[in-house]
Amino acid sequence: MKRWWPWALTAILVALCIVYYFIDATKTVSVLQFSLRYAIPLILAAMVGIICERSGVINIGIEGQMLMSAFAGFFGASITGSLVLGALIGVGTGMIMGAMLAVGAVTWKMDQIIAGTVINILATGLTSFFYAQGHMLPANMPTMEVPLLSSIPLVGPVFFINGPFAFAALIIVVVLQVMLFRTIWGLRTRSVGEKPSAADTSGINVQRTRFLNVTVAGALAGLAGAYLSLEAAGTFERGFTAGRGFTALAIMIFGAWNPIGALGAALFFGLAEGVASQLQADEVVAIPQQFTNMLPYVLTIVLLAIVSGRVKPPASVGKPYEKD
Amino acid sequence: MSTDLSQSDLGFSDPNPRRTTALWTRWQAVLIPIVSVVLALAVGGILIWLQGVNPFTAYKVLFTSALGTEAGLLRVMQKSTPLILTGLAVVVGLRAGLFNIGAQGQLVVGALGAAVAGYALHLPPVIHVIAAIAIGMVCGAIWSSIAGVLRAYRSVSEVITTIMLNAIALSLVDYLASKPLKEEGQPLSRTPEILDSARLPTFGVVPIGFVIAILVAIFFGWFLVRTTSGFRFNTVGLNANAARYAGIGVRGTIVLAMAVSGALAGMGGSIESLGVVGRFEPAFNAGLGFDGITIALLARANPMATIPAAILVGTLRAGANSLQFETGIQPEVVDVILALTLLFVAAPIVSRMIFRNRTKQRQLTSGWGV
Repeated sequence: MKRWWPWALTAILVALCIVYYFIDATKTVSVLQFSLRYAIPLILAAMVGIICERSGVINIGIEGQMLMSAFAGFFGASITGSLVLGALIGVGTGMIMGAMLAVGAVTWKMDQIIAGTVINILATGLTSFFYAQGHMLPANMPTMEVPLLSSIPLVGPVFFINGPFAFAALIIVVVLQVMLFRTIWGLRTRSVGEKPSAADTSGINVQRTRFLNVTVAGALAGLAGAYLSLEAAGTFERGFTAGRGFTALAIMIFGAWNPIGALGAALFFGLAEGVASQLQADEVVAIPQQFTNMLPYVLTIVLLAIVSGRVKPPASVGKPYEKD
Repeated sequence: MSTDLSQSDLGFSDPNPRRTTALWTRWQAVLIPIVSVVLALAVGGILIWLQGVNPFTAYKVLFTSALGTEAGLLRVMQKSTPLILTGLAVVVGLRAGLFNIGAQGQLVVGALGAAVAGYALHLPPVIHVIAAIAIGMVCGAIWSSIAGVLRAYRSVSEVITTIMLNAIALSLVDYLASKPLKEEGQPLSRTPEILDSARLPTFGVVPIGFVIAILVAIFFGWFLVRTTSGFRFNTVGLNANAARYAGIGVRGTIVLAMAVSGALAGMGGSIESLGVVGRFEPAFNAGLGFDGITIALLARANPMATIPAAILVGTLRAGANSLQFETGIQPEVVDVILALTLLFVAAPIVSRMIFRNRTKQRQLTSGWGV
């Protein structure tokens, strides 16, 4: 699929960023840093969607998986007093939530959208019941710097000085892109999502591939959730994920089920959000707070309306596999 | 897929005549939700026990405070009213293969529309109520139609758009109630009080709104099974391609089903504004939309069954506050109980483990594409 307009859009946006960098360097860098931070959980969650849907399973439960992991990661870190343990607990929780979806959607062949919704509602209920005030993280997440690369103007401070989760997210995108299109695992995964009967005939265990992929994807949702509570906000509140899991699905579609495409879409999304909040802060535009809050949701719908029907989902997504 | 369309119960598993008799399948449709609720209450009891409170005392407090007094009964009926209607909203969508998880947004938009009509219009008593409810329903329908039109004409998944529209609706009504439509000289952001002519009265302990909701549920029990439009909804939901081949306008049906669904949720909001709150307050209608999903699945997408399901959820919701007041248990325990109920009823846990039913799972939603 050769499409020129994403590249044209990227080129224009990059050019604009460079122009603004010469006008006001500090402000440009701070807006771009905000944008990347906003995009990281969306990037990770979109990868969850891509792995699941490429294997033929709709994961509408990303939101709930992230919420549970953000919760478990935060309280895990706060109670054990260790950020590393908290992060591991968050990722582990995500994996358990992934396995839950796998049991429902793959083993039991439930309606996949309902299975995901059950996960969302369960996560909302559990996290609001067990939520307790007065917990704090033992420390702030450290930031890391890539030597040499971090001293490049503009690109350096935005991409090469970040927390560990942000680096992990960017690396995962590249690794997933390669794995999906250049490895045996990727070929199997895609075949199971496109034409499971053919995959089955050639000896691939459709059910097992789907089950494992959905479970491992859950670990990435755990990473996204842990990023939110441990690295981005340093706290946890009820309803913390605020619809990011759904936005990520829109980003996945906008990126045509491609990791790099989704990365671009998420960065675009983050940039829109970053520019809007900067305009708000500078009082350039007098828009009420409520309207800036709506922006990510409106943008999600608009993006979907533009792109849906022009990109094709994996052929067997949403259909439980039945042996004939 | 062999499903008898004349049957009003859209069970989750295709009845397999060789394994289970028709009667036993019918029984399961009643038993599975009941067993699910009991199991969820048991797990909730364990959570309560872990917090150091005797679960039997806690449940006794919850149910007696909700059902034991007149004030409690009134509150149960008031809480159940929008729940019946949002449950129906989800049911109507599911019949057409649409999963409307945006009942929340449609409800608040409808609640605001009806409240504004309640104070801005000057009409004779009964007509005023009818007009205000109609305006609330139209607001809800317009809100859901955004998702319906995008689904029908651009194949955008209604699951994502409706949840996004929820968030947009909450911000929008918050803005409207705090700026342009705000009551003068009030610190709270809320609209002015509705006129007396727009009020939905309560007869004894029975609110009129509750009666209306039950009548609407009965109407849909008839509408979905006995009318051509209902048949179109079901056909599109079961197999959109077959429906298209049979000459049913699939796009039009999707837009209509989504609009009806939104109108029902909007009606729930209207009754809340006109019968309970007396104005619109943004903080008042939290969390109702997700309960609609639980109710619809508990009712197995059967319109009439939303009535008992909604009353059950309404009872739990009404009793939750006294639970906190008297035992110190957080009212969110009800959220956990309802989520577990949904889990048990939607996942084939109960039917597999207890009833040994291994029939194929039915697909209720139609995934990403039309």
